[in-house]
Amino acid sequence: MADTHAPGLQHHFDSYEQQQEASFFGMWVFLATEVLFFGGLFCVYLIYRTANPVAFAAGSRELDILLGGINTAVLIGSSLTMALAVHAAQVGKHKMIAIWMALTGILGGTFLGIKAVEYSHKIHEGHFPGPHFVWHGPEVNVEMFFNIYFMMTGLHALHMIIGMGIMLVLIPLAWKGRFTPDSHNYIEGFGLYWHFVDIVWIFLFPLLYLLGVTSHV
Amino acid sequence: MSESVDTFGRRLHYLNADFGVKSWLLTRDHKRIALLYLISITIFFALGGLMAVGIRLELATPQGDLVQPDTYNRLFTMHGVLMIFFFLIPSIPAVLGNFLIPLMIGAKDLAFPKLNLASWYIYNIAGFFTLWAVAQGGVDTGWTFYTPYSTTYSNSYVIATALGVFISGFSSILTAVNFIVTIHRMRAPGLTWFRLPLFIWAHYATSLVIILGTPVIAVTILMVAAERLLHIGIFDPALGGDPVLFQHLFWFYSHPAVYIMILPSMGVVSELIAAFTRKRIFGYKFIAGASVAIAVLGFLVWGHHMFLSSQSVYAGMVFSVLSMLVAVPSAIKVFNWIATMYKGSVSWDTPMLYAMGFIGLFTIGGLTGVMLATLGIDIHVHDTYFVVAHFHYVMVGGAIMGYLGGLHFWWPKMTGRLYPVFWSKFAAIIIFVGFNLTFFPQFLLGYLGMPRRYHVYPADFQVLNVMSSAGATVLGVGYLIPLVYFVWSMRYGKRADRNPWGAIGLEWNTGSPPPQHNFHEIPTVDWDAYGYLPDTPAGTGESWGIAVPTQRQDRTQDDG
Ligand code: HEM
Ligand SMILES: [Cu+2]
Repeated sequence: MADTHAPGLQHHFDSYEQQQEASFFGMWVFLATEVLFFGGLFCVYLIYRTANPVAFAAGSRELDILLGGINTAVLIGSSLTMALAVHAAQVGKHKMIAIWMALTGILGGTFLGIKAVEYSHKIHEGHFPGPHFVWHGPEVNVEMFFNIYFMMTGLHALHMIIGMGIMLVLIPLAWKGRFTPDSHNYIEGFGLYWHFVDIVWIFLFPLLYLLGVTSHV
Repeated sequence: MSESVDTFGRRLHYLNADFGVKSWLLTRDHKRIALLYLISITIFFALGGLMAVGIRLELATPQGDLVQPDTYNRLFTMHGVLMIFFFLIPSIPAVLGNFLIPLMIGAKDLAFPKLNLASWYIYNIAGFFTLWAVAQGGVDTGWTFYTPYSTTYSNSYVIATALGVFISGFSSILTAVNFIVTIHRMRAPGLTWFRLPLFIWAHYATSLVIILGTPVIAVTILMVAAERLLHIGIFDPALGGDPVLFQHLFWFYSHPAVYIMILPSMGVVSELIAAFTRKRIFGYKFIAGASVAIAVLGFLVWGHHMFLSSQSVYAGMVFSVLSMLVAVPSAIKVFNWIATMYKGSVSWDTPMLYAMGFIGLFTIGGLTGVMLATLGIDIHVHDTYFVVAHFHYVMVGGAIMGYLGGLHFWWPKMTGRLYPVFWSKFAAIIIFVGFNLTFFPQFLLGYLGMPRRYHVYPADFQVLNVMSSAGATVLGVGYLIPLVYFVWSMRYGKRADRNPWGAIGLEWNTGSPPPQHNFHEIPTVDWDAYGYLPDTPAGTGESWGIAVPTQRQDRTQDDG
């Protein structure tokens, strides 16, 4: 049981390489579960949109494409800064990891702020699902669109909040030089997660916001 | 290599390397976590069993004389929820899989030991929510949570229970991620995929199903909770929703979930059959492939639960055919096990008795599954006791038999102790008899038309129901006996040597109990699994304590 181990290498791994491979692979497998998690919702979306095309288009036109578009740009920007943080980890510039991640966090926060503004508008207009939902137009079952809108974007926002929580832990560690080119799987693994959350939004934006633009039924 | 010993000269292993409550509650050792899981799971099994006692007592007479209809609904619901989500799904993976996967593949631990511990805590938190719901008064929706009853009409604790199930899903997912990564990345040098024990293949396939299925039930449960909390209508037809969509989503997970329960058990049985017939498993690659095939096909058959739920006839036909297809890989396994036994030198030790029980009962359960998948028959017996009998044959007769067989096989490895031979064989036989007495009459009852989930029934059905209740008593006694002697053995059992069965496999080439880091030196593997030479005697239960030589000893590493 003589474990003479290199720093940052857990006892049950033989090499940094094995440790690194294991944690990336674990993250990919976890992201597969995430795909199916959101997949369930996309499936529900598909079925109800097919059943209520008019109501979905009408609901979609209520959303603010400008704010949604800005948010899309903000998130793509945060993916870029996250990728730069990972690059900094690979080349061993530990302060830069922290700086790029902090920027990522600020962009994430901006996204959530804009999202909150959108939510409060919708709630104000009575578009939050439930007994108090109001809809004055002739379309039937628009509430279903908003059920799904709030479920999907809410769960997406929850993923971002969790991501930002993890960042709060990782940034100070990175600043202190805990991550080296050999051992920075947390940073790369987290990067995968963050990109995944961005990609979900890339699907949500057209499905929810742009759906009503062309269909003037 | 020399043994590590403590200051008193005793051999050090994972159980005595560290002491105290903290060393258990904060452990990251997969072997200790397996034991923690064993304790939690046994408690939930006992609670679920208690509910079953209530059900069978009520059904001993045709009138509803013991409990109110409402209480009865809660009993069978909680029974199903506890048994499925808190016992069967975690049972073999979390206990035996956790303990054995690193040992079998020559690794020091699972890839993510902290997540492994976290999964145990998450499991317990989930259990706490569910038990809280029970304490408040329980749920009455059936384990299937069908909408809109569960979302709109039920006056019971649906959200708390559903939350428990939701959270327990995370513990399954963490375990599955751990297994997949470990099996991919941490195998000992030379241990190629087709040299892996079939137990590993089975857990790999199970993990795939968990990864791909569990998130879907998770999001479905969230939608049910949202619908109930916010009074919206995702699945409520009165509010524009579609209740059948819930059933699709539910069974998309819950049919594959039955394979989460049975696949690991099949893995155990493969190990047992090879060890107690002293033969290489017949058709190794077919059994390995069948596990994966079951995992994949299992995702394509969920509609067979919905033949009568307004699903279109054509969908019904497709699902019917696909369901029958799943029976093919299952049958391949059964035939291969039997072919393995042919001309083997079979010894009837306790684990082998369970393996035999598994094969017989699983075959009945599987064949009645094919009957149910036949549209015409299912219209007749859907939602009757025939279905109840079918799934108990596969889940209790199959999955639990495998679990118990595995526990008996690896108990000496896990605890370093032997259990009484006589009592263990006695219990195995009692369980088999009790099981059949409980559930065979239910096939007849269902065929005659007794619906499931009612607490009263026509007097004509009483004889068969009394038989079933009597059988349940026998079965209950059968389950208590191992509980007693396992606990007893931990203190008073004879000490096991490293390989009491003379079995082959890396786990038998390390001490019993294994040292803290499993192997003092990671072995290099250059042989196939189950390399038994014909006609070498198995270590029989009677000869326990006498070291049985294995042919591979010369090729493997020696350690504490
Ligand atoms: C051999 C392949 C199998 C086939 C073709 C099959 C087929 C079926 C069918 C058609 C039903 C629906 C009956 C109805 O509700 O009318 C059913 C129910 C069920 N089966 Fe199977 N089955 C198979 C194996 C299994 C296994 C291995 C398990 C568990 C380990 C299992 C567990 C269940 C359960 C729990 C139900 C009832 C669910 C409920 O309504 O509460 N089945 N099976
Ligand atoms: Cu099924």
